[in-house]
Amino acid sequence: MSDLNKLTIAEARDLLRAGDVTSVALTEACLEAIDGAGKLNAFVHHTPDLALERAKAADDRLKSGDAPAMCGIPVGIKDLFCTQGVDSQAASRILEGFRPEYESTVSAQLRDAGAVMLGKLNMDEFAMGSSNETSVYGNVVNPWKVDARDLTPGGSSGGSAAAVAADLCLAATGTDTGGSIRQPAAFTGTVGIKPTYGRCSRWGIVAFASSLDQAGPMTKTVRDAAIMLEAMCGHDPKDSTSADLTVPDFEAMLTGDIRGQKIGIPREYRMEGMPAEIEKLWAQGAEMLRDAGAEIVDISLPHTKYALPTYYVIAPAEASSNLARYDGVRYGHRAKLAQGDGITQMYEKTRAEGFGAEVQRRVMIGAYVLSAGFYDAYYNRARKVRTLIKRDFEAAFATGIDAILTPATPSAAFGLGEMAEADPVQMYLNDVFTVTVNLAGLPGISVPAGLDAQGLPLGLQLIGRPWEEGALLKTAHVLEAAAGFVSKPEKWW
Amino acid sequence: MSEIDIETARKVAHLARIAVPEDNLPALAQDLSRILTFMEELSEVDVEGVEPMTSVTPMRLKRRKDGVTDGNIQTKILSNAPDAREGFFAVPKVVE
Repeated sequence: MSDLNKLTIAEARDLLRAGDVTSVALTEACLEAIDGAGKLNAFVHHTPDLALERAKAADDRLKSGDAPAMCGIPVGIKDLFCTQGVDSQAASRILEGFRPEYESTVSAQLRDAGAVMLGKLNMDEFAMGSSNETSVYGNVVNPWKVDARDLTPGGSSGGSAAAVAADLCLAATGTDTGGSIRQPAAFTGTVGIKPTYGRCSRWGIVAFASSLDQAGPMTKTVRDAAIMLEAMCGHDPKDSTSADLTVPDFEAMLTGDIRGQKIGIPREYRMEGMPAEIEKLWAQGAEMLRDAGAEIVDISLPHTKYALPTYYVIAPAEASSNLARYDGVRYGHRAKLAQGDGITQMYEKTRAEGFGAEVQRRVMIGAYVLSAGFYDAYYNRARKVRTLIKRDFEAAFATGIDAILTPATPSAAFGLGEMAEADPVQMYLNDVFTVTVNLAGLPGISVPAGLDAQGLPLGLQLIGRPWEEGALLKTAHVLEAAAGFVSKPEKWW
Repeated sequence: MSEIDIETARKVAHLARIAVPEDNLPALAQDLSRILTFMEELSEVDVEGVEPMTSVTPMRLKRRKDGVTDGNIQTKILSNAPDAREGFFAVPKVVE
């Protein structure tokens, strides 16, 4: 069988269980696709030997009849996840050469379910970025292309999105602090879900902003997102914020029946200067859900406009604490010291050499907003506004809203380098529709819904009630089917 | 509009333990000022009586028994150190 790398998880699982394909064959097809896709720069640490070893073990397990859904499925792992014995450097120079002695809980759960890790995926440094241009490994290139320009796959999970869109793997892990799963999914015509805060253990994932970070799957279909999310979720005693709740069979909840569901359309998401195409797609999405029997309701989330500034206080504040550990003592890079340099010079030189410009900027902003005299004006105020943002959602859900439909991004993928001259705040605007969800701890999913006039994919976002990923996936599945998005990037790489 | 001057930029860089060359301080000050101006939109929100969020999900954090759960992994802990000697992390002299 050819093109095994193009299968979805669900298709591959059924073929594996029927004995019609082996995990080794699937894995070899993906490894070959990866070898031919160097131009995309999606995979940055390759683990072919480990992959084939795990694929063989998965085939044995499949033969014995004891195989969970992810058994034998080749996946890519974002470089933010610590993987035992395999380079894990969060796309930062400061973690050069770091090979963890342990495995993150999420990647361990996938491994234990029999999934086959093909290698580590490129990303923005420490997950700080919306275009995958801050990586120490260089830019990831979007497999979608409409002219001579190389486009961004989005960020920070840009390598994951590009790899899934280009069929280098069947699925990949991502993480999402302000939109880092959903925005790249929208830019590449793939599906990405950020579950409720606490669904996935954060243990072993390099921390960016601990109160916002969540892992999630990036896949080709909503069904695949349901299958893979289930394998990634669950309580972990090593992460005290992980929820001790049973993980439902998400796939079984994809019934296609959303009759009577109330879908909210938040008026504050109609941003000034929003491209007409995005507005049209949003209206079409609402129409599709209405046709499927849902009730469309206008809602208000009054504090929406404060979400970005709130996020850009809280996330850097937490990052400045989390990144304090990179000091050249226990792991990673240490700067060469001059005669007479003391420990302070070691810290300062190491961090200057090890962190890229955007990470330095955020760490310093974080240090500033937490510093004496400014703590109340910035950090505490932002935490109060965060409470108000969450209350907006609670009020909407209290009126019986089941899910909220919004655009995923304010534009389609833009050209790499196009934002180089813009001020940092311009880049932050990419997250305008997604950050609210992280601030409120809610589940959100991006579903490919159409192409713009240039032929680039656009996504719609659905936001669900806390812990109700199953219902959210069900609605997303209906939207996916109605939108009928089947386009794939033409291979040029 | 919030203005970060060069002196404040130097102080913030030191707080963050990042060496910033003197020549780069004006640009850094400008970048930080822009970002802070953007954050100042928050000052127009009425937050009177609002509790600052400490936990996004209203749940009690789990407690575990206060006991030793691992240990005897010194080699593993030191395996990634840029400079480890005789079972310790080695750093430049801290105390004269």
